[in-house]
Amino acid sequence: MSAPQRRPGELSFEGRRRIFLTGAAGLAALLAWGLAGLPSFDGFTPRYGQVVNQIGVEDAGTTAVVAAVNFDYRAFDTLGEEFILFAAVLGLALLLRSRRDERRIAADDDAWGRQVPPSSSAVRLTTVLIAGPTVLLAVYITAHGHLTPGGGFQGGVIAATALLLVYLGGEYIAMSRVRPVALVEVAKASGAGAFVLIGIGGLIFSGAFLENFLPKGEPGELVSAGTIPLLSVAVGFEVAGGFVLLLSEFIEQLLIIRRPGERT
Amino acid sequence: MIGVLPYVVCVWVLLIGIYGVVTSRHLIHLIVCLSVAQSSTYILLLAVGYRKDFAAPVFIDIPRKTQAVDPVVQALTLTDVVVGATVTALLLAIAVQMHKRLHTLDPDELDPLRD
Repeated sequence: MSAPQRRPGELSFEGRRRIFLTGAAGLAALLAWGLAGLPSFDGFTPRYGQVVNQIGVEDAGTTAVVAAVNFDYRAFDTLGEEFILFAAVLGLALLLRSRRDERRIAADDDAWGRQVPPSSSAVRLTTVLIAGPTVLLAVYITAHGHLTPGGGFQGGVIAATALLLVYLGGEYIAMSRVRPVALVEVAKASGAGAFVLIGIGGLIFSGAFLENFLPKGEPGELVSAGTIPLLSVAVGFEVAGGFVLLLSEFIEQLLIIRRPGERT
Repeated sequence: MIGVLPYVVCVWVLLIGIYGVVTSRHLIHLIVCLSVAQSSTYILLLAVGYRKDFAAPVFIDIPRKTQAVDPVVQALTLTDVVVGATVTALLLAIAVQMHKRLHTLDPDELDPLRD
């Protein structure tokens, strides 16, 4: 690969690398200094973590303590995290909106003038067989987030993967049928809204925002841990909706994105 | 040596990721490099919480008083992963738009004054 042409006064590739190496040496020294102050690997007993581990099961009623941290003790942070996701998907939809001079045409292959061949029967059969169990797995992972590793974030992403499988095995038309945009947007917005509403519920019934105000039940039961599974499911809806929107925006780019009379 | 090894790996992954960003000639490659740099934070967080022979902080099939690794840093890593995924998605969208409008994915071809 030949070096691209430089405009006058532009930094050469070598020059850029030299500047990076100088800066990186400084950064590495700073990081080494900072990390030297940390306890050595495998030699650190975090007080907060130990306390959460010891009381988490009885106090929050959940057997997965990471879920207790995410949806109970640090639920406010999760709220922020959820809205980062919300804002990012909104921004993405805004960036990838189709312009007036763009129109939908079928995607071309890289070879000139050749259409992308349809998926093979083997791919179709496999995706048909996998898509259902994928949705089931997503529901399982989301619903058991307070018992075992998992929860809304993981389950939501798995649910969105099912859509990708439909796209892989079928056609774009099939995908747009299983992806009713309005429903996806409602799922996304209601997921975000439900999280806040449950938080306000804590404010009303227990006196603190996102306080776990429902009965905790027996840890390890499917119905237990108060608001934790509810928050997890709310996040699951939001993440699934967000990622479906995100994936379909990108897939849509394969189809539209060419101005009339223009290739590539 | 083993006491500092995870931190060395973490710094190395961060720097190699930034090196990729600085010398990249393709936006998709640049975005992947940024993800590499960001994954150093996962290593740091998980390394801080890790204890040998401690269980995972999931008490469904182990006694409640079993010693387990720090759940807080694991929760932080989850946040980190989510934020990383959304940032990657946004940057990829910008790359798509850039390819559409300027017909290039080479960051060197970018000119702030170009229309």
